This record gives sequence, structure tokens and C-alpha cells, in this order.
Amino acid sequence: MDKFNRRLLTIVTEAVLERELVAEFDALGVRGYTITDARGRGGRGSRRSDWAQEGNIRVEIVCEPALADRVAALLRDRYYDHYAMILFMQDVDVLRPDKF
Amino acid sequence: MDPVILFFVLGVVAGLARADLRLPGAIYEFVSTVLLLAIGLKGGVELARDTGGMPLIEFAVLLALGLALPLPVFAVARHVGRLSREDAASLAAHYGSVSVGTFAVVIGYLATRGIPYEARAPVWVVLLEVPAILAGILLARGVSGAVAWGRLAHELFLGRSIVLLVGGLAIGWVSGPDGTASIQPFFFGLFKGILALFLLEMGLIAASHLPTLRRHGIFIIAFGIAMPLAAAVVGAMAGRLLGISPGGMTVLATLAASASYIAAPAAIRTAVPEANPALSLTASLAVTFPFNIIVGIPLYERLAAYLHG
Repeated sequence: MDKFNRRLLTIVTEAVLERELVAEFDALGVRGYTITDARGRGGRGSRRSDWAQEGNIRVEIVCEPALADRVAALLRDRYYDHYAMILFMQDVDVLRPDKF
Repeated sequence: MDPVILFFVLGVVAGLARADLRLPGAIYEFVSTVLLLAIGLKGGVELARDTGGMPLIEFAVLLALGLALPLPVFAVARHVGRLSREDAASLAAHYGSVSVGTFAVVIGYLATRGIPYEARAPVWVVLLEVPAILAGILLARGVSGAVAWGRLAHELFLGRSIVLLVGGLAIGWVSGPDGTASIQPFFFGLFKGILALFLLEMGLIAASHLPTLRRHGIFIIAFGIAMPLAAAVVGAMAGRLLGISPGGMTVLATLAASASYIAAPAAIRTAVPEANPALSLTASLAVTFPFNIIVGIPLYERLAAYLHG
């Protein structure tokens, strides 16, 4: 089976940013993403998912490595200072490279 | 004490005791949606019954009130609380704006006691919610500051509470008392029960903010109590000036005293990211909301009766 290498970029951040981030992704040319509600604890204390006001989201994007880097750099520059946000990247294999 | 308030107390106690109690997020959304629609519908039905309309002067005074309330809040937070400009502006936006949850409680309070109030009261909520948030953002950013006003306006004017309140008002007004008869058991008959569930969740949320309160200390507690008291007097006097009923004055005093914990935090978080979101939200949720629903509302009712003479 042919497999193709892509990057999986995972972002965990404040739910309040969802709409803004989606606009950023569109502008950068991200073709798809998955957003789920999340909760947990981190540098900014514990964040609950049962109340949208203080909830977290987890965003997953599978894309070309260069695009993942561009998204990560933009998020770091614009959001890291003032928002609860972490992101990390992994190599993943996909079967349909034209989708990502 | 009204049993719905005891549900709030239950939520706080359960939250503090770390009891195994957590309402799913979808339930909170559902419950608050029903409350907002019910409040809007009730106002709309009453408006359909009497065609008094709303005097233009009332419209203007309420908008002015919404824009003016943040200013003293900002000054006090900046000079007495020694907060940063952004934090003071955030507090100003929260306290100038209104809490629909508190509004629901005062409506329930007046209904239980059979005290009449103006049917158009939900319109006051709509008028008071947004101006203070805009004023707060201007206080933080200045007129020339970089704010994405277009997106912000979309977020504010098409926020959940405004869409549901205005939508409910419109449906109630168009359908009238007879047209809404079939949905009244759900929206009106169950109002207090839904309010009780809402307050249970609010108690849990307030409890989760109490640890933060300890970190911010005495200023936030004193502010969270003194500010609503002062604002209630301003609200009641504005009502007196407009010649509305004692019940209406109670509602207006409560609205002025209340602090936003939904619309303002969301808008400020994106427009003024430097502000510490926990500070304003904790003051609003853990101090002012409980104070208003437990102590404030009965007090504002007496204030309104006194001012009305």
C-alpha cells in the first residue's frame, strides 16, 4: 500500500478563539481541520469543557510540512503571549495525498 | 428564600466540596437557551397585549446609561484598585454590561410576589448589553486602536443572548397571547424549574472561581459588592426619571447592578487579550452574581419602592 508523509499539527487552546483561528486557517490555505472540545490542566490552570466560556478546544490539521510550519509560526507570533495555547507536530502517513 | 436561590447555594456547596456533580455543557446551553427564549416570549406576548410602545427618551437614556456606567468603574479600578489599563477596561465592560441570568432571577422574584413591571423589560436588556462592552474596548484601546470592529460587531449584535431575546420577543409579539398558548406550558410553566437548573450550574461555576478570588484579594470582593450597590441606585434613579413602575425600577436597578459573564468575557478576550480574563470573570461570577441574587434584588426592590414614594 502506498503511504505518503504529512504533518499532523495539534493545537490546544481557548474555545473563545475558535472563530478567529478558523479565519486564520482559511487565509493560510489550510484545506481541512478537525475541532473537538477539550479540558485539562496546564500553565494557566485547569480549564473545563462544560462551560464554553472557559473551555478548551483541540484543533487537528493534517497538511504539508511547510504549511504546518507557517501555521505554527503565525500562532506563536499572534497568540502565544496572551492566550492559553500549546501546539505540537507529528509525522503521519496518509493514503490520499491530494486531500492534504 | 426563593427555592431557586437554594439551587444556586447547592451548586456552590457541591462545587466547593468537589462533589461528583457536573452538568454537561450541552445542558447549560439548552437551559440558558430556554430561559432567554422564555424571557423574550413573555415580553413579546405582553407587548402584543398593550400597545403602549417604548418612549424614545427611554431608548436614549438606556443607551446613555450603558455607555456611561463603565466610566466610573474604570476610574475606580484604575485608581483605587491600581489595575492595569487593560484590566480596568475589562472590568468596566463586564460591569457596565448586564447579566441575563440575574435578569431571569429578578423576573422570577417579581412574578412570585405578583409585582407588575413593564412588558418591554427584555428590550432594556438588549439595549444595555452591548454599549458598555464597546465603551470598555475603547477605554483599553483608544479610538485609534487596532480593533477588528466588523468582526466584533458581528459577534456582539448576533450574540446568542441578543438573537434569542429579540427572536423570542418577535415571536411572542407576532403570535400574541392566544397564538403562543400551545407553547406556554413549556416556556412559561416550566420557567422556574429551568431557572433552578440554570442556577445549580451557575453555583458550580461560581464555586470553581472561588480559589481565584483568594489570589486577587480584598479589592475584587469589595468592588464586586460596592459597585452593584452604587449602580443599582443609578439604575433606579434612571427609572424614576423615566417614570416607570416600581417593579420596572427594580428590574432596571438590578440590570445596572449586574455584571456580564458571557458576552463581555468573550468579546474582551479577543479584543483586549492583554487583560487577565480570570480577574473580571471572577468578580462578576463569584462575587457580584451571588450578591445580586441573594442580597441585592430584595434590596433593590425596597430601594425602588422608596424612590417611587
